[in-house]
Amino acid sequence: MSGERRNVYMVSGGVTKFAKATPNMDFRLRVKKAFDYAMNDINADLSMIDGSVASYFSDHFQRQLMSGIMVQDYLGLTPKPSKRIEGGGATGGLAFQTGYEEIASGRMDTCVVYGFETMSHVNTWKGNEFIALASDTNFDYPVGGFYTGYYAMMAVRHMYEFGTTVEQLAQVSVKNHGNAIYNPYSQSPMKLTVEDVRNSPMVSYPLTRLDICTMSDGAAVAILASEEKAFELTDHPILIKGIGTGTDSMRLSDRPFGKVPLLPNEKESDYRNLKYPGVHSFRAGRTAAKEAYEMAGITDPLKEIDAVELHDAYTSSEIQTYEDLGFCKYGEGGQFVEEGKADINGEVAVNFSGGLLASGHPVGATGIMQAVFMFWQLQRSIKKHFGNDKLQLTNPKRGLIHSHAGTGTYVTVTVMEAVR
Amino acid sequence: MTINPNAKMPESQQGTEIYNFDPLIVKYHYEIDYIHSYAQDSEFFKALGQKKLLGSKCKKCGYVYATPRAHCMMCGAETEWYELPKEGRIHSFTTCYFGSEEFLPETPFHLVLVEFDGVNSLFLGRLIGADTEDLYIGMPIRAKFRRNLKISPTDVYFVPTEEAGKKK
Ligand SMILES: [Zn+2]
Repeated sequence: MSGERRNVYMVSGGVTKFAKATPNMDFRLRVKKAFDYAMNDINADLSMIDGSVASYFSDHFQRQLMSGIMVQDYLGLTPKPSKRIEGGGATGGLAFQTGYEEIASGRMDTCVVYGFETMSHVNTWKGNEFIALASDTNFDYPVGGFYTGYYAMMAVRHMYEFGTTVEQLAQVSVKNHGNAIYNPYSQSPMKLTVEDVRNSPMVSYPLTRLDICTMSDGAAVAILASEEKAFELTDHPILIKGIGTGTDSMRLSDRPFGKVPLLPNEKESDYRNLKYPGVHSFRAGRTAAKEAYEMAGITDPLKEIDAVELHDAYTSSEIQTYEDLGFCKYGEGGQFVEEGKADINGEVAVNFSGGLLASGHPVGATGIMQAVFMFWQLQRSIKKHFGNDKLQLTNPKRGLIHSHAGTGTYVTVTVMEAVR
Repeated sequence: MTINPNAKMPESQQGTEIYNFDPLIVKYHYEIDYIHSYAQDSEFFKALGQKKLLGSKCKKCGYVYATPRAHCMMCGAETEWYELPKEGRIHSFTTCYFGSEEFLPETPFHLVLVEFDGVNSLFLGRLIGADTEDLYIGMPIRAKFRRNLKISPTDVYFVPTEEAGKKK
């Protein structure tokens, strides 16, 4: 499927502190701050940038069409090439991969991917309505009109199929909010217990307030470069080793009941009686992982990947995603978190930054935020950027970032690798 | 030709609602009526008025969808309308205690994904007539229809059957 591609590296990144509302800055200034941070980190100037990709999800939230060009213009990047990428919650991951493609294709030698979202211009319940407009407005929105409800039904089915418990869901929340305590960019760092999570208000059974991420204002920037340019710009570029993207039907109701697309570490007999994906799993996530692993030459993900930033808009989706990514078999995701395998000192550090649950989820910025945190992790520069090294792994070699749109309609997986 | 150096913009009594001065935050109102067509899915909504639930069956591969879709996701061929059974089972469920602004006044409400015998995919609907603790996967449920149509997929909703309470 793949032809000749050039190697692509990430050379710098920047993130604004995500917050519920930052009315003193608009989206342009927020991106500018993250952009300047990334540019200053490698002493780059505008003449070194060939073009850009704009990443934002909703036109409703800002009541402004063509926000992308307003950022391009504010950053001083006009008249260079740019385009906007949109794919719901996976917008950031898709945009990051588009930046990769601009360089892999040879069109650009350097590309800035900037992501942003301003969700504070409307109240939380109106915000939920806007997000629900990213479900089928003829058949799904008028019935439920609430994304937490859709994910809750997936969680209920996962619990039924595999015996996953609400306490296991809660453990994801405890872990991610706890990691965020050491991430100065995070929106909701918290020391929690499983009881705290279960006792917080029920939003959609079985998901409580603390099983769900919040709305945020924020921006994130990643700078990508070709091999030649990358080593001119920094001594510590991070290689983009593999990319993968998957899709699935817009309506949950239309998901088929077929067979699991197997990873190299699985066999058909593992899933003899499993109807897949149904509504318990994300086929798009598995498809994305399969493509990215093939490209990166990964055959045993749990052994070969040290750190993961994945799309935990809901605690249940983190558990479902362990399985899609092949860190455990389908059905074992609940145990995986329960046994501490996803902890910072576990077998693979999942959402060391706090994830969406605790870092925040300004949609268009989220997938790029993941890239930035992973870039710093693999560069071993967490201390420099976070002001402490609690979340720095000792010798991380390979990281995976995972971006995901509504009920698993678009999912991206990108594998990043330290080269020195 | 008009040249009037004394031209003056008319003043009005309408002001702007201000939430905050620093930074300046104002209220901006936005509202719109869409001319929304159900297009190739129109039959589904019309059938609800005749107390019929229409899915789709692929003319080529025979896959049966519990939802309207004019073309098959499996093979790309055209589908035909397929009348779904009135009775099915809960495939999954939730109870929403919060929701989008539009549905907030209706909370709490149950959502169910419904499975039907002989049908390959599911249908999303609301369920009434049971509490959350009464719901279970596999629960037999029955479609009911609104008499005064809203021309919305909520013109059909589900209730537990008589047997639903017996075999939890
Ligand atoms: Zn077909």
